[in-house]
Amino acid sequence: MHPSLPTTASSISVSTAPDESDLVRLLTPDGVRVDHPDAAWSGSDADLLALHRDMVLTRRIDTEGYALQRHGELGLWPPSLGQEAVQVGTARALRPRDMAFPTYRDHGVIWVRGVPPERLLGLYRGSEMGGWNPDEHRVALPTIIIGAQCLHACGYAMGIVMDEAVGHSDGERDEAVTVYLGDGATSQGDTLEALSWAASFTLPVVFVIENNQYAISTPTNRPGAVPLVRRADGFGIPGVRVDGNDVLACQAVMETALQRARDGRGPTLIEAVTFRRGAHTTSDDPTRYREASEEEYWEARDPIARVRALLDSTGSHAEALAALDAEADALGERLRAACRAVPDPDLADMFDRMYVEPTPELREQREAVLAWRALGDEEAVTA
Amino acid sequence: MTTRMSIAAALNAGLRKALEADRRVMLMGEDIGRLGGVFRVTDGLQKDFGPARVIDTPLAESAIVGTAVGLAMRGYRPVVEIQFDGFVYPAYDQIVNQVARLHSRSGGAQHMPIVIRIPYGGGIGAIEHHSESPEAQFVMTPGLKVLAPSTPHDAFWMVQQAVASDDPVVLMEPKRRYWETGEVGDDPGPLWSSQVRRAGGDATLVTYGPMVATCLAAAEAAAAEGRELEVVDLRTLSPLDLDPVVASVRRTGRCVVVHEAQRTLGVGAEVAARIGERCFFHLEAPVGRVTGYDIHYPPSRAEEHFLPDVDRILDAVDATFDAADGELAEGGIA
Repeated sequence: MHPSLPTTASSISVSTAPDESDLVRLLTPDGVRVDHPDAAWSGSDADLLALHRDMVLTRRIDTEGYALQRHGELGLWPPSLGQEAVQVGTARALRPRDMAFPTYRDHGVIWVRGVPPERLLGLYRGSEMGGWNPDEHRVALPTIIIGAQCLHACGYAMGIVMDEAVGHSDGERDEAVTVYLGDGATSQGDTLEALSWAASFTLPVVFVIENNQYAISTPTNRPGAVPLVRRADGFGIPGVRVDGNDVLACQAVMETALQRARDGRGPTLIEAVTFRRGAHTTSDDPTRYREASEEEYWEARDPIARVRALLDSTGSHAEALAALDAEADALGERLRAACRAVPDPDLADMFDRMYVEPTPELREQREAVLAWRALGDEEAVTA
Repeated sequence: MTTRMSIAAALNAGLRKALEADRRVMLMGEDIGRLGGVFRVTDGLQKDFGPARVIDTPLAESAIVGTAVGLAMRGYRPVVEIQFDGFVYPAYDQIVNQVARLHSRSGGAQHMPIVIRIPYGGGIGAIEHHSESPEAQFVMTPGLKVLAPSTPHDAFWMVQQAVASDDPVVLMEPKRRYWETGEVGDDPGPLWSSQVRRAGGDATLVTYGPMVATCLAAAEAAAAEGRELEVVDLRTLSPLDLDPVVASVRRTGRCVVVHEAQRTLGVGAEVAARIGERCFFHLEAPVGRVTGYDIHYPPSRAEEHFLPDVDRILDAVDATFDAADGELAEGGIA
């Protein structure tokens, strides 16, 4: 329908640029729709605007998080800049009953699952270790331990199978799980154990590798590296390599993979090729390990710009886009205010949360903390 | 009414009760289904409860525990078997960083009702990595609870109580005692408590797991020589219940802690420190320790020299009567 056009982006030559030959792509970096034999996106203009809105707001959450860290309000922030399409596109393919296991960089996934974005801030402010109830939003708390969540997703998927919540061809009954991981996590034993496990038990789980090209400073695309998607072959499960900056393709391949899972036909491995345009975290300095030309190459493949180009070509959305600008500004303001309002944690509360059934030992230690505090208060009064 | 059975049979019967009591209880581990486990602790359970509830897993300990986390998130109550003590280390990350933390991290929203069964300890003539005593590493991990049954009665009841607990429990099973028999009664008794196994007024032995039987044998031998030793079985290692120990030591004034695990920072170190805090003015001698040495668990032909036995325990008790301070501090290990 839409011919594939040569783009300015593809003419930039970067030695570390990933091979694009087998990518599933439905929207070129210039914002032109293209066909693919194995994937289709048939949403409406309103659907396109909704995806665009999710990506723009995800970027705003990320921008604010970064700025709040630079202003000393957060201790750390892991930027998601540039990865909005894979996060939003795949997460929008989830149904309410599905369960997602994100990484700590998946602000877009967490946003799409409906977690109020201010709930992201406590962890990075140093005020708490979680932030939301995973059962309420059907999205787990990210773990900082790389790859560990892949096994949790498999266990959860085992539970789905045991609950007989797959294979009915019924959207109200069938469930699936998705787990997100970075390219770095593909070296972890837990990830490989999870792939083996998922294949062994034919689990309804979709692995989404956000290949953002770097595990902190270590490039994925080193000479001789085998494309990550080929890991799937060894486990006997389908693997799909998708343009991770193409939100339409990400949603399309994810829907297929999730449906396969819900149908009881087992796991899928998706490698979404994207780029972490920001630093690993606010403590990182990417200028020490990558070239400006590489960043420019990916800037030209920006996931939001291409949707915006498509929107501009399909009609007038000036009103919606202006409203989105205002919404993003309001969201930013809300996050800044919420961040400063996050209360400092009370150490004494931690004792109560260690166990469902508290232990006498911790009760005693908690009392000691309170007594010590009372003593300090008393001395402050006397002074 | 009581029934006589072995510790292995008691665990099997307890797991069967737990599976019957709650359909959310399920078992996972290597070779636990068709084979019934390498120690046959799960013998017959897959046949009776089906392969969906008694699951033979791939050979991957981290995955066994990591998937148990996901199952717990889904509302299941997984009981996982680590085939041998030394094999728990591949799962150590999932246990310490995930199982132990998720209740706290989620602000109490997510429970982790997981039981991690570990056949532990030496004395069975096994090859390397099959005779370890890693309990202290779980005792010092916030968020876990650790139980160490020493009798068939406790094995039968504790495994059910552990499954019923909404907190994660590491169940240290005394593998060298699996085939020793005893009476299993109707009254489980309080779970998180220590218990006096033998009364005596001259000195207190504090121990748990496979060393309870050894300490009782030592007390028997001491009695023949006219010295009465009180033997306290800790039963729960996290949380510790030291009230019975403190009461005993305040009466006897002498205490020796006994375990198979290496000495430095073992459970005995914590017990000795707390006895010092709570019984100092009642003590007639420093608290002694009889433990494994701070070396790797030895090749099996040397294990009898590594494991605490009756003679070493009695020698340490003697030292609390005879030895000068410095001598005990240096040589209290006997």
